[in-house]
Amino acid sequence: MSRLMLLTCQLLVAVVALALWQFLTTVPVFGRILLPPFFFSNPIDVGSQIVKWFSSGVIWKHLIITLWESLLAFVIGSVAGVLVGFWFARQPRVAAVFDPYVKMVNALPRVVLAPIFTLWLGLGIWSKVALGVTLVFFIVFFNVYQGVKEVSNTVLDNGRMLGMNERQLMRHVYWPSALSWMFSSLHTSVGFAVVGAVVGEYLGSAAGLGYLIQQAEGVFDVAGVFAGMFVLSAFVILIDMGVTLVERRLLVWRPAAAEGRG
Amino acid sequence: MADTAQPTAVALGDATVAFRVAGDRVYTAVEKANLSVAHGEFVAIVGPTGCGKSTLLNVAAGLLKPASGSVKIFDQPLAGLNRDAGYLFQADALFPWKTAIDNVAIGLEIKGAPREQALQRAQGWLTSVGLGAFGNRYPHMLSGGQRKRVGLAQVLIRDPKILLMDEPFGPLDAQTRQIMGNLLLELWNSDRKAVLFVTHDLEEAIALADRVVIMSAGPSARIIGDWRVPLPRPRDISEIRMEKDFHELHREIWSVLKDEVMKGYVQSTQAAEAS
Repeated sequence: MSRLMLLTCQLLVAVVALALWQFLTTVPVFGRILLPPFFFSNPIDVGSQIVKWFSSGVIWKHLIITLWESLLAFVIGSVAGVLVGFWFARQPRVAAVFDPYVKMVNALPRVVLAPIFTLWLGLGIWSKVALGVTLVFFIVFFNVYQGVKEVSNTVLDNGRMLGMNERQLMRHVYWPSALSWMFSSLHTSVGFAVVGAVVGEYLGSAAGLGYLIQQAEGVFDVAGVFAGMFVLSAFVILIDMGVTLVERRLLVWRPAAAEGRG
Repeated sequence: MADTAQPTAVALGDATVAFRVAGDRVYTAVEKANLSVAHGEFVAIVGPTGCGKSTLLNVAAGLLKPASGSVKIFDQPLAGLNRDAGYLFQADALFPWKTAIDNVAIGLEIKGAPREQALQRAQGWLTSVGLGAFGNRYPHMLSGGQRKRVGLAQVLIRDPKILLMDEPFGPLDAQTRQIMGNLLLELWNSDRKAVLFVTHDLEEAIALADRVVIMSAGPSARIIGDWRVPLPRPRDISEIRMEKDFHELHREIWSVLKDEVMKGYVQSTQAAEAS
């Protein structure tokens, strides 16, 4: 399939879905409307809501808050994940001691932590950042841990035979290997940072996309809920494109076939 | 034997290597191996698959400690890694996150050489292995043979006194192996390091080496034969195979090696049935 053809087909899916949605919510079929507008709104209302948000400028404040929370969650979670992952991988005894607790915390649905974070950190951005951190941390942690553990023995032996000491092995072998695993999970961890931020906002906040959606839902403004969802999706896609660009720069050394780990 | 002025590069005395497998059972890979490589000598070890050739090499490298026996490098007992040796591995051992030139330069950089100077010398080595224009490629962008060339440059740039090679050309196709063999001889000829070269290919061993050492089938593999290769140097690997002396030596060694290869084959099939 050519690129143009593919793009046309992709667009067609959106057009058909929107048309169907508009049709079923406004035109009666056999005397009744199949999708009551109260519950399903319609694309035109949703679209005009989005336009209104952007033209009045209210949306920017919420977008920036959500972006900021996601970014902080990502950075803090990643740094902590890299450090702890490295530490555990190099100290098997420490890893063995903490193993059941790591598994326990990771098995916990992180949403239940949200009320606690709100209690501890208040309704501001930090309770959302904390929620995002708990999600990002484990993804990065497991990947870095794996990355250090799975360094090829031959490459390690080669490093030793070339005369590397422990510090140099760390810098030239363990570190790049761990980072490559971390970068390969970049899409997942960035995605989870956004999830943490939005869910946190939804559960209690004064700003952000999650807050916007929650507010609309509170007054049965279905168009507002859908509009919030669409803005959120576009937001995530944009971030994901940014991640892809970063990844391409950082992982030039890896064969294309090995992509998509983690 | 080597004269007294030049100490023996590698000397294994009654070296036995054993591994602990599954609890208390001990697997003896190599038993009482005596092997010496003189200064500037090219020695090839040949043996059936799984006989512990690589194990012996790892002992000489200091990556493995023998259960008993002695390892001496230039008459000094070996403690820890063998700092005089460069090791060319059978599997891919390049750092995949470094470009070819960085892979070669790293051996100098970790010794504290300035980066500029290290890169310059690395470029020189890449050129001498025929990859002058490939410095900025990452290993995955190179063919198997090219990766081996980079590996060779990576090892040789440190100018080790001893070269340990573990079936380095094993994964390559026949033509590339011959080209690599000639390249190796050409590089070796310029400064004659002591070389310990492991292979399962008897022809390759005779074509390259001054001495061919034969190991028996494992477990408890022993060294069962030691032949001098009286062929003149410099050699061309593809041509030397046509010579009469080559064939006679090959026939002589093969008559011993053949039995071991069969033994090794039978043992490996029995082990497969038992497990």
